[in-house]
Amino acid sequence: MDDMYRDYILDHYKNPRNFGELEGATHTYHDSNPLCGDEMTMQLKIDDGHVRDVHFVGKGCAISQASASILTEEVKGKTLDEVKAIDRDHVLANLGIPISPARVKCALLGLKALKGAAWGLTAWPGEEVKAK
Amino acid sequence: MAVTVKPQTAPLDVARIRADFPVLSRTVRGKPVVYLDNAATSQKPRQVIDAMRRVFEEHNANIHRGVYEFSERTTAAFEEARAKVARLLNAPSEREVIFVRNATEGVNLVAYSWGRENIKPGDRIVTTVLEHHSDFVPWQQLAKDVGAQVVVVDIDDEGRLRRDQLSAELRKGAKLLAITHTSNGLGTVNPVKEIAAEAHAVGATVVVDAAQAVPHTPVDVQALGADFLVFSGHKMLAPPGSGAVWGRTALLEEMRPFLYGGDMISRVTVSMTEWNELPWKFEAGTSSYVDAIGLGAAVDYLTDVSLERIHEHELSLVGYLLPRLGEIPGVTIYGPKTLESRVGVVSFNIEGIHPHDVATIFDREAVCVRAGHHCNQPLMTRLGVPATTRASFYLYNTIEECDALVRVVHAAKKVFGV
Repeated sequence: MDDMYRDYILDHYKNPRNFGELEGATHTYHDSNPLCGDEMTMQLKIDDGHVRDVHFVGKGCAISQASASILTEEVKGKTLDEVKAIDRDHVLANLGIPISPARVKCALLGLKALKGAAWGLTAWPGEEVKAK
Repeated sequence: MAVTVKPQTAPLDVARIRADFPVLSRTVRGKPVVYLDNAATSQKPRQVIDAMRRVFEEHNANIHRGVYEFSERTTAAFEEARAKVARLLNAPSEREVIFVRNATEGVNLVAYSWGRENIKPGDRIVTTVLEHHSDFVPWQQLAKDVGAQVVVVDIDDEGRLRRDQLSAELRKGAKLLAITHTSNGLGTVNPVKEIAAEAHAVGATVVVDAAQAVPHTPVDVQALGADFLVFSGHKMLAPPGSGAVWGRTALLEEMRPFLYGGDMISRVTVSMTEWNELPWKFEAGTSSYVDAIGLGAAVDYLTDVSLERIHEHELSLVGYLLPRLGEIPGVTIYGPKTLESRVGVVSFNIEGIHPHDVATIFDREAVCVRAGHHCNQPLMTRLGVPATTRASFYLYNTIEECDALVRVVHAAKKVFGV
């Protein structure tokens, strides 16, 4: 019924997958979006170049939390190179809802933290060149 | 929540006022816009838009420079706007009104020009947790630079200043009191007159952030007893880029300029410069003179309607909204729960829905509110929330718009199933 707050988005928001501290994490990255006070920590357990497990801990809006939850489901089992290749457009397409310009950073906070964990990213996905 | 309004003056003819604001008749996705983000910025009446257009179309030229008709007319309009602001604030002299881009620039002017000369290592700067970042960060950074100390006075659970704590902190000594007249986050009005007297008794200089006060209620700088007072034009029907600092002549005379350059000098040689007189000493470069003229037109508009009546109108809207919003399960309202010493700002949260999701859902119904920290991060921390949803009213808002707000709160709860 709602084009943005679809059932699966609200389901991921209310019942986030892979949520909570990850025992034995090898890579951890925390990030926040001060504009709205969203907080996001991504934790990876990487072994032999593969993401064996991934968890996140966060609080914030439905878009940021659902996007992170969906992302964790996707990256489990992938190689580190595959994780590094996930880009902004992929995440936005995967969310499957229209995201207004003001909410793009909500949708990408999970990816930013994930990439931060994967290889120490410091800029918003899609703005890496500008940030250099 | 007992809320009653006893109007002291005739109610506003809101329909007639709304007809002056072209943007208020617009629709968003086919729905009439409900603009409730006035604490962020206000809409502009045709009278202000026309005043600015007339400058561009009829006599635009740089001010204070040209010896020809256009320049003289534009200069006269610019200086007339200053006189209007001086009358609005009951300033003793027009020379005490310095045009700046906004309240933020005004606070920075005071912090850099007065602060750097007068705040010494170990001095105490007393301020409050209600401050907008614009009246907090400049003092925090000044204190860091010179080795002074910032003391932040707390609020009670209804968002009112802890007067006992403020008095105690002032008694310990203070060089400066930086205080907001009216909280942009909660709508609380501080008893500035009483507080300024206490601050002066311990020798402190008083800077008042009146960005949320001047647009909504009569402000008299002499009655308040402040030393500096700042506000923005864009929150009071004027264009962005307009605003002013009012300061006492004695203080302004002693201060060095904030910005150096054209128009702020009286004589320049290769080795020295003499400053221009007040207020131009503080207005380097070509001023945003069209914006200032727009501000003058906005002052006329607000004065014609009457700020007393505007204030009462806004309180009547808050009085209508508070009980209706407060009775919705899961809604928490922050700030004063009565109409005493407050303005038309209502901050709230809906349990289980982040304010950004709230604002996005409201936007579907063309209801414009602010969601976020409102440049009030210390206040959000004090309230224990990352953000709030804020509705803020002005002279053109209506009871029907309050009803629309209540409806979209229910709509948001339905979407989220809370």
